[in-house]
Amino acid sequence: MTSERAFTLDDTEVEFEPGDSLLTAALASDRYIPHLCAHPDFSPHGSCRVCLVEVDGHNRPACTTAAQPGMTIRSDIEPINTLRRQLLQLLFVEGNHFCPSCEQSGQCQLQATAYAVGMTDLHYPPLGPRRELDASHPDLLLDRDRCIGCELCVKASSEVDQKHIFSLGGRGTHTQLIVNSEHNQLGETDMTPDDRAAHICPVGVILFKTGNYAQPTGQRLYDQQPISVIGNHRAEDVELPPTP
Amino acid sequence: MWRNLPLPTHAPRRATDEAYLASVVSELASVHPEQPWLLQALIRLQLELGWLSPQALDLLSKASGQSQGEIRGVIDFYGFLTTQPPKAYRLLLSNNLTDQWLGQGNNFDRLSSLNNLDLAYTSCTGLCDQGPAGLINGLPLTRLNDQRCQQVAEAIQESVPVSDWPVEWFQVTETIQQSGPLLELRPKPGELLASCLAMGVEAFMAELKTSGLQGRGGAGFSTWQKWDSCRNEAAPTKYLVCNADEGEPGTFKDRLLLAEYADLLIAGMTIGAWATGANQGFIYLRGEYLFLFSSLRAALKRHQTAGLLGQNILGVAGFDFDIDIHLGAGAYVCGEESALIESLESKRGIPRLRPPYPISRGYLNQPTLVNNVETFCAISHLVSGGAAAFKNLGHEGSAGTKLHSVSGDCAKPGIYECALGTPVNDLLTLAGAETAKAVQVGGPSGQLILAGDFDTRLSFTSRSSGGSIMAVGPLRDLFDLPANFGAFFAQESCGFCTPCRVGSQLISGALGRIKSGQGSGRDLETITELVQLNTYASHCGLGHTLGHPFQQLMALQPGAITGKLTADDGPRFSLQAATNEARGLAGNRP
Repeated sequence: MTSERAFTLDDTEVEFEPGDSLLTAALASDRYIPHLCAHPDFSPHGSCRVCLVEVDGHNRPACTTAAQPGMTIRSDIEPINTLRRQLLQLLFVEGNHFCPSCEQSGQCQLQATAYAVGMTDLHYPPLGPRRELDASHPDLLLDRDRCIGCELCVKASSEVDQKHIFSLGGRGTHTQLIVNSEHNQLGETDMTPDDRAAHICPVGVILFKTGNYAQPTGQRLYDQQPISVIGNHRAEDVELPPTP
Repeated sequence: MWRNLPLPTHAPRRATDEAYLASVVSELASVHPEQPWLLQALIRLQLELGWLSPQALDLLSKASGQSQGEIRGVIDFYGFLTTQPPKAYRLLLSNNLTDQWLGQGNNFDRLSSLNNLDLAYTSCTGLCDQGPAGLINGLPLTRLNDQRCQQVAEAIQESVPVSDWPVEWFQVTETIQQSGPLLELRPKPGELLASCLAMGVEAFMAELKTSGLQGRGGAGFSTWQKWDSCRNEAAPTKYLVCNADEGEPGTFKDRLLLAEYADLLIAGMTIGAWATGANQGFIYLRGEYLFLFSSLRAALKRHQTAGLLGQNILGVAGFDFDIDIHLGAGAYVCGEESALIESLESKRGIPRLRPPYPISRGYLNQPTLVNNVETFCAISHLVSGGAAAFKNLGHEGSAGTKLHSVSGDCAKPGIYECALGTPVNDLLTLAGAETAKAVQVGGPSGQLILAGDFDTRLSFTSRSSGGSIMAVGPLRDLFDLPANFGAFFAQESCGFCTPCRVGSQLISGALGRIKSGQGSGRDLETITELVQLNTYASHCGLGHTLGHPFQQLMALQPGAITGKLTADDGPRFSLQAATNEARGLAGNRP
């Protein structure tokens, strides 16, 4: 019996509300589809392409595809997971993602998603970007070499914080984060560590200058459970059970 | 909105006078305050100042209410806009394959040592029939052969102002090698529109349907269907846009139409407005065609004066329609209709998520009809001779004629108007390219055809072309095509989606290594994987097609690729290049 508002995701039924995207509906039913640029609080972006699924035989991003009754969606299948691995490898080689020394390691959604889809190497030659590092703010640091262009900080800063601090500039692989101030410096803005934009980056572009590496390896967010169970969250937003 | 504004002079003025700048900005902001004006203001100031200075940014930010960061984001997206202080000259050399074949590489080397010159490559400037070409301070330089290039180098070295350079250096020649019913059409002003009005909208739409006219931009969508959808949209304001962002490398037929057939274009657009109820029209003119701005503006003025644009056109009460010119600024992706609309809205030209389609929600979220220059001219053609005659001209369901821009290795480059369905062979014979071993139809995103398949017909049901025909002579290396086109896509990717943004770089890099004889089987694997990834996963047509040149050559003549590979699957980098910087710092330059 198929519900009037349901589609099939990898052979099981998922119900949806009017206006839901495939991704929203799947996540609401605790069904994980790997994703990076999508966030429940903001309009879908569709840029990372990691949430790619097969919709009635065609590949579409789950975050920007409206759920329709009777759709047949395949997500956890090898051809799609291969494409996802390649997309993640591209994101890794495009930026400077050296996990062992990164402040975000263990709570980085890019890293956790790479684990979730079984990415084991970079596979492609690293592009080695040298984008400007911005340490002008007393509490925050911008490491642009890790940016994946998801625009979540752009949206958080304008829609939630009402500060319009970030934009994207450049074109193609030169696309990078711009700070809306005279000299493109975060220190010139009224951004504070309490801003939503400071707690939205799925990677490690917007960093706090203090308090990093507080969790020992083994107790970090995604050490506890994989991202497919915990979901795409920032460590500060998740209450984890005490470590045994 | 810019037709009443003066065009830039040849030499950029270094205006630092704040009062002057403020007056320009307030003028720009006040012409049509209800329309997004920022990008047009940026283009205008770039042309006038040679750059977008901090002062200009500050004034624009105050006038537009947009932050400086947002404005810089827009500037950064467009190749012709810059926030870097300019040198006396800025020369962008066209990097199309045809320009390269004519010696553009040597030009680049010769000019690269000049201190007072900003030199860079840009994508095809649409002057392939008179290349190598370039843009000096925004204006076209044609036929840059060795001698001319030397003269240009001397003029720059001696700081001769561009306005004092010989006129013939800027000469753009329009060569019609073969004309047909469209190019022979010379209607009296208002004649075609009047005959439509006499016919009535229903009868006209029936004619349009019967004619079978398909969009000339390359995709071949039914024009009747598009216009009918627009007509059925209930909205108080509808927009009609002419896509004159002719960016597909090797295409220059719209250049001819804009330069010499603007009346046909304007008539086609006005008929479109009348049939669909559009109130405002735009011609989105690619920045490379800045030199056509004045004549186009004059043509619009003539139509306004004659009562063929503006209020109550041809005396029909309530038939109000006018056309403004919007300039582009060096971004191929803006030829994609939703990216073009973003650009019209003064934003970065990122293709929109679809649906909704522009026909229901386009410019400023209103129904927007976008057609190519040639499509609007074809409307004039079909109105003039009638649908039946139009349909008879074509071949197996592809109706009418098609303009082809022929360049590359041929004796007679230029424009050829042929009935749709004309075999490649016939066209190459006309162009004096009988010995060609291959032809690239429809530009990098089109199709490679080898000599054995020259009986292929150029039509919507066979090989569709937006109008670019590049002939490849018998001595050329076929690998030049994917290598050049790969660099083109890497340059023009908008950067929105992962597979195209990063993949195009890696593909281009691997193609470059293969071309230089350093490519291995791993490079081939990389390209194959990423081409496939883009076909499956990218956001828009640019990503979907960026692998075509490689895939087609691999399918048609794999030896042209595999023959270049080295057996060595070792490291994919040159140790020399990787350690250059360190050795330089240590004072050990090789």
